[in-house]
Amino acid sequence: MDIQTTDFKRCTLVKTSGRIDGSNAPTLAQKLKEITGKGIRNIVFDMGEVTFVASAGWWVLIDTQKTCKPSGELVLVKVEKGIKDSLNLVGMGSYFRTYDDVTTAVGDF
Amino acid sequence: MPTQRFSCSLNNLEKICDYITTCTEEAGLDESEVYAVQLAVDEASTNIIEHGYGEECPSRIDITCEKIDDGLKVVIYDDARPFDPTSVPEPEINVSLEELKPRGLGIYLMRKMMDDVQYQSNPDTGNTLTMIKRHVKCR
Repeated sequence: MDIQTTDFKRCTLVKTSGRIDGSNAPTLAQKLKEITGKGIRNIVFDMGEVTFVASAGWWVLIDTQKTCKPSGELVLVKVEKGIKDSLNLVGMGSYFRTYDDVTTAVGDF
Repeated sequence: MPTQRFSCSLNNLEKICDYITTCTEEAGLDESEVYAVQLAVDEASTNIIEHGYGEECPSRIDITCEKIDDGLKVVIYDDARPFDPTSVPEPEINVSLEELKPRGLGIYLMRKMMDDVQYQSNPDTGNTLTMIKRHVKCR
């Protein structure tokens, strides 16, 4: 799993691609813990190239959101329709703000 | 569509997904229905690998797809210790973020994504999870 990070003045951008499932969710969790371990609480997760998110992936993002709030926030960008629909279907869409583009998401912090 | 056998590894989830994608496309499901079946089968398979067997891997996870009149039937066979995913209570979803607990979401997703989920366990033949996704135009 390739995970890229870019530090901005007020947030960190995280990007990966492909599937997030039970096989690689721990890798994503470790990377996000590294970021929050530095005290960073504003995170933009670019999902433009993420094609699939299983519950293991959602729990990583929810855990990260718990760590970030209330002083900061994890926001999601360019969430594919099927992924967003599945999250909304189980009533968990409200835990994340979503954006259509990275520039706006980064600029909002 | 022939039955496919997968070994017990989370690294096989992508191969399972590829097989399901082929099945759903042959069954004529639309894009959102394809994703729903991919997700349901991924959650079911993960559950078998992580929870059904404990420390021991199964000797088999067999997946069969069958095109039915109004959609697709997916049957997952395993010989793990019995675990009925349809008996797991729904997680508490409409709670604050702090109160949200990581329990049962995968199974809940599986049940919400599919139109019908049935589980049977037999000491001789193992466990059978049958899931049906109906094509939206046929509902």
